[in-house]
Amino acid sequence: MSERTLYDKVWENHKVTTLPNGQDQLFVGLHLIHEVTSPQAFGMLQERDLEVARPDLTHATVDHIVPTSDRDRPFENEAAEEMMAELEENVRSVGIEFDDPTTGKQGIVHVIGPEQGITQPGMTIVCGDSHTSTHGAFGALAFGIGTSQIRDVLATQTVAMEKKKVRKIEVTGELGDDVTAKDVILTIIRRLGTDGGVGYVYEYAGEAIESLGMEGRMSICNMSIEGGARAGYVNPDETTYEWLEGTDEFEDDPERFEELKSYWESIGSDEDAEYDDVVTIDGSEIEPVVTWGTTPGQGIGITEEIPDPESLPDDKQDTARRAQEHMRVAPGDTMEGYDIDVAFLGSCTNARLPDLRAAAEIIRGRAVDDSVRAMVVPGSQRVKAAAEREGLDEIFTEAGFDWRDAGCSMCLGMNDDQLVGDEASASSSNRNFVGRQGSKDGRTVLMSPQMVAAAAVTGEVTDVRELPKVEVKA
Amino acid sequence: MSDPKEIPSVAHVEGSGIPVHGNDIDTDQIIPARFMKVVTFDGLGEFAFFDQRFDDEDNEKEHPFNEEQYQDANVLVVNANFGCGSSREHAPQALVRWGIDAIIGESFAEIFAGNCLALGVPTATADSETIETLQSWIEDNPDGDIEIDVAAETVTYDGRTIDVDVDEAQRKALVDGIWDTTALMNSNTESIERTAAALPYVENPKVQTGRSDD
Repeated sequence: MSERTLYDKVWENHKVTTLPNGQDQLFVGLHLIHEVTSPQAFGMLQERDLEVARPDLTHATVDHIVPTSDRDRPFENEAAEEMMAELEENVRSVGIEFDDPTTGKQGIVHVIGPEQGITQPGMTIVCGDSHTSTHGAFGALAFGIGTSQIRDVLATQTVAMEKKKVRKIEVTGELGDDVTAKDVILTIIRRLGTDGGVGYVYEYAGEAIESLGMEGRMSICNMSIEGGARAGYVNPDETTYEWLEGTDEFEDDPERFEELKSYWESIGSDEDAEYDDVVTIDGSEIEPVVTWGTTPGQGIGITEEIPDPESLPDDKQDTARRAQEHMRVAPGDTMEGYDIDVAFLGSCTNARLPDLRAAAEIIRGRAVDDSVRAMVVPGSQRVKAAAEREGLDEIFTEAGFDWRDAGCSMCLGMNDDQLVGDEASASSSNRNFVGRQGSKDGRTVLMSPQMVAAAAVTGEVTDVRELPKVEVKA
Repeated sequence: MSDPKEIPSVAHVEGSGIPVHGNDIDTDQIIPARFMKVVTFDGLGEFAFFDQRFDDEDNEKEHPFNEEQYQDANVLVVNANFGCGSSREHAPQALVRWGIDAIIGESFAEIFAGNCLALGVPTATADSETIETLQSWIEDNPDGDIEIDVAAETVTYDGRTIDVDVDEAQRKALVDGIWDTTALMNSNTESIERTAAALPYVENPKVQTGRSDD
């Protein structure tokens, strides 16, 4: 078993006891809730006549069903309105802080926590959403839970868990031009498999990870779950502390910042920490990655050929054949030139300010291809406002992108933002599952924000590195 | 339900099987997101595997969940990495409401298996050959009896008993009837308070667990 890793330390200092069933009971430092997975849990609490133990450590937002345009209440969609109203009632009755759209702080739950500084190193963080692993970028132990577990956390501020093994994934070297965190994590999942992380948490380390900003680290930790690992983290460092110092939580409280910083510095993995497994990946060899199939593990470099299912391990062949049929791709081809109908720039993986900046850089001076409907859905209202201060909205709208309000949107198609029929999308989101973006015949190609931007302007999957530079008049 | 004594032991599950083939079957397939625009889990059963079972005009497609001979089945048999993707408990809730009481597979995604445990549904694992043999047998014997002994980690069918794995904590929780963790954990108020008080970032270590009086 692992020893002296961040995981071991944070597990140990949050452990309440070992339960009779053999699981450990862990204290939860931050419980994030949203409108889709929490109402049933509040209902269960009521049935049992239990109260919310720590409203002060619970924080709510609305993201999954919220419309990304026309947010006047009541929402046009009755089911969405009902879910919103239910959440409002639940948070109001117990006094949970709720970032609704009138606060200017609403956004995807995994964007707003870090943005406000409530996501911190050395915390345990849970949320009824599998992408809770995102918060691991700050050196928190963060994982997605189901609704019955939400009930547990609401009632007790603790969760029952089994300790996992720790795999260190070291990404060495320097990433190439236009190679992003997204390309790194898609490479890791391809290498280790969609179930390779079952039973593990992932510690991401190495020069290529440490040189990333917090947003890039979040993109990587976000997709840990796509590799089967319920949690992933990066040890906190100066980049982490610098981010936190400027957040709501600490900007006016330098004393508390310094006090907590010494805690944060103490929970990182020791030099001589022991791991259950170590994997090394050469970051300098990674190129922009796109998916050709219907699982996030079915990715290839943009210049690589789509594999022949026969060439894959036995247990991957059937899935690969069905994926190629669904996506209408053939072995031996590359994904370059694959026609797309929709460009989606958004999601908890890639909808933060640097993602939008990088995409805008590609878009500037170009127009969205006539065959494409393109949309930007910023990760939060604050991301949106910050982007507008920089004029990014104008770059996108002038090019023909729709500039929308914050939410999960077309990542999972729970609001009106959906693929139609067999449309193909170039998407900066995290899942290319059949039906994921709202149409069961829809086809999703996962890629970085830069690659989405390139696909939007050409109408097909494009190597962003090959796109000629556009001269822009000052 | 908040009294742990009322939680039943799930030491045995017996019934007929239903095979669903394929690796990496994600929770979006088990219950598409559009059916999650609800504030309770009631009624989710009819939407299990909906997009695999019906075409755009709601005509039935070929899928085990549509087939007459499996309508009374309660033991689902699946392949590798079943339940990957979204953490939605709506997925096991839909399966349970359809009639599933236990799942046997090559492997399960962690959050999915945890959600199943919270509903008292065992997720037993075995190697791919064992699973495929069982799936074929069910196809030939849709009314055939399958018995899962959670405590002994065995599955008995067709006059033979095979070994399966049930995660240790899951097995203990199911067999001892301690799989509902709310009541279990709520009795540790003092230790919870102590743990919280020792954490430098938790500002107000006062924990108010327990039942309301009204």
